[in-house]
Amino acid sequence: MSISSTISEHPVDVHNNHEEEAVEVGVPFFTRGVWVLVALALIGFGFAMYRFLFGLGAVTNLTDQRGWGLWIGIDVATGVALAAGGFTTAALAHIFHRHRYHVITRPALLTALLGYTFVAIGLLVDLGRYYFIWHPILPYYWQGNSVLFEVGICVVFYLTVLYVEFLPIVFERFIGRVNLPGAFAKMNAFADWALRKLSGAVDKVLWIFIILGVVLSCLHQSSLGSLMLIAPTKLNPLWYSSLLPLLFLLSAIATGFPMVVVESMVAARSFKFKPEMHILSNLARMTPVLLGIYLVIKVGDLIYRNALVHVLKFDMAAWSFLGEMFIGVIIPFALLCSKSVRKSHTGLFWASFMIVFGVAWNRANVFIVGFTPPFETETYFPAIGEFAVTIGLISTLILCYRFAVNNFPVFPREIVEEARAAVSK
Amino acid sequence: MDSVDRRKFLGLVGNAGAVTLASGLIADRADASESSKREDNAHSFGCLVDTTQCVGCRSCEEACNMVNELPKPETSFNDMTVLDEMRRPDASAYTVVNRYYPNPPNVHNELEPVFVKVQCMHCNDPACVSACIVGAMEKTKEGPIIYDPAKCIGCRYCMVACPFQIPAYEYHNSLTPEVRKCNFCFEKYTSTGEWPACARACPREAIVFGTREELLVLARKRIRKHPGRYVNKIFGENEIGGTSWMYLASTDFAKIGFEDMRCEPVPVLSETLQHSVFKYFLPPLALYAVLAVAMFLNKPTPDEEDETESQDAEVKNVHK
Repeated sequence: MSISSTISEHPVDVHNNHEEEAVEVGVPFFTRGVWVLVALALIGFGFAMYRFLFGLGAVTNLTDQRGWGLWIGIDVATGVALAAGGFTTAALAHIFHRHRYHVITRPALLTALLGYTFVAIGLLVDLGRYYFIWHPILPYYWQGNSVLFEVGICVVFYLTVLYVEFLPIVFERFIGRVNLPGAFAKMNAFADWALRKLSGAVDKVLWIFIILGVVLSCLHQSSLGSLMLIAPTKLNPLWYSSLLPLLFLLSAIATGFPMVVVESMVAARSFKFKPEMHILSNLARMTPVLLGIYLVIKVGDLIYRNALVHVLKFDMAAWSFLGEMFIGVIIPFALLCSKSVRKSHTGLFWASFMIVFGVAWNRANVFIVGFTPPFETETYFPAIGEFAVTIGLISTLILCYRFAVNNFPVFPREIVEEARAAVSK
Repeated sequence: MDSVDRRKFLGLVGNAGAVTLASGLIADRADASESSKREDNAHSFGCLVDTTQCVGCRSCEEACNMVNELPKPETSFNDMTVLDEMRRPDASAYTVVNRYYPNPPNVHNELEPVFVKVQCMHCNDPACVSACIVGAMEKTKEGPIIYDPAKCIGCRYCMVACPFQIPAYEYHNSLTPEVRKCNFCFEKYTSTGEWPACARACPREAIVFGTREELLVLARKRIRKHPGRYVNKIFGENEIGGTSWMYLASTDFAKIGFEDMRCEPVPVLSETLQHSVFKYFLPPLALYAVLAVAMFLNKPTPDEEDETESQDAEVKNVHK
């Protein structure tokens, strides 16, 4: 009864009653695991610097026949796909108003925000002339036929939307607690007043950005698939299809919730609290439906194009295709159809992880494994430096996530209290 | 290999069908591809390469190297051993000649070589130009496709897109790497209708420069006059919407390094989809409107909220 009255009091408030419940974790930042991540991040940073000093050729195995490798396939394409948790949970909780999922929207938003930020950073490392990364924003350079232009513009806009969506979390952190250093302390009251005003304004228009975020995500998750439509002779028929954009969109949507599950459970382990199984299990109930739609269209498309015969070649691409389909789609689909798996901690985690892994595998197949240019003179396998940069970026992302949840109200209070109790023990 | 290519080709035909269907539903196809907007290419410049005339002397390679001020190769252009392996154009060589032995030994038990010069084909409806995110690749009205490094951000999507795998990259240049490919001597010669360096250098006149229309007439005349010497095909006449550089050959093109290519220009599919999705921004706006309506219609009344909560309670019970 108390909940319903809160709702009716704030009819347009899109991040309503949950707002008061999230708090920053505030546990010590460094643990043994964190130091490992710092080391990996530094190694990646070192290789990235080497690339900036001596060129792409010094660090990567890219060739004239293969302009895109691990960094585009994983850092960019997979990064975007795994950020899908942001817009799928936003749609679920804020557009379709499934309020019980409010508690997961903030972690999912943070993951999307960091994911896209690191897509941009990954792109900076990969671009030959990284200092011109801003060119596509200026109308002088616009090239409306380019799929990449659509991808780029959507990423720019969506990144902006994500930061706007994150603003309420920042306001919440500081309102009533503004504490400027030294001489600026006199400004505290004014800053607080300004934050409140700003927060009120943002709250009023937030719904516009939330819908915009979903639209932009749909547009460019799909256009990421359209990228390869221009290479019909190079991409293996197991993946090349005029439905690639649709398949990319559907697989991203299907990955959104599993990604939230994986991320929540990893965070729970790292911060030593119990994952919110009642919410995550419920979330996983939708996954077989979403993954099933993807599976039906993917297989239907293969049959329609008579492309399944290519599996019988049992070459590298065929095995990689089978792995992607069985490990990444069919097995987790079957697992998550079972209620007991969804209720089980281990079952839910591994089934969700397989889907996350599967979408990464799919993107790697489309951009790397299945991409076989006819005149390729040497086969491509990513260099150590490429792996190091990719791993370094992922490590840095996780460190940023830890820093953010430690200092901003992202996790719900009950979880945070558990985490704090575990530390003080 | 041959059968694989055929299957690929059949797959593509299937795809084209699906696209026709899809685009027929969502947009009118006619205004979708750039190629249809572009005036016909009959009067743009091109080259006809007669592979039956080429002796593999590499004079064209040398001329190209000189006129574009490319780095000197490890061995001189008189070194014919480089022909022993298949080469591709790269950042320091815009054109290379490859040697093939497409036929079984002749009556004297000798293998007869066929030499094929490889360079940018300067497509009528180029994938690189369609792909480029900032318009650094440009199809000039004269025919050549030129590159503007001042615009380029180095994303290398042109290299991914090119069906002939021509654009190469300066991977070892850390600060100002460029995409490198044959520019058809646009600035030096062909912008004013003069022959490109490679064609001038050819001692056998295996490369003829002219308008596409003239070259097609010439090619057909040669095929008609010497039906025994040529197969009845001009590679580049229709392939992926036609190319500025075209080839004549004495043998099946598949045996001398040419891909079996469909007639539809490569960018048609992606451009059709993209322009349909963004036609007057209707689809994104429609999606926005639908979601906005959903957002306000779904706004729970107190009763509904109770219902979800009770579902939650059921789940929590099971969890216990």
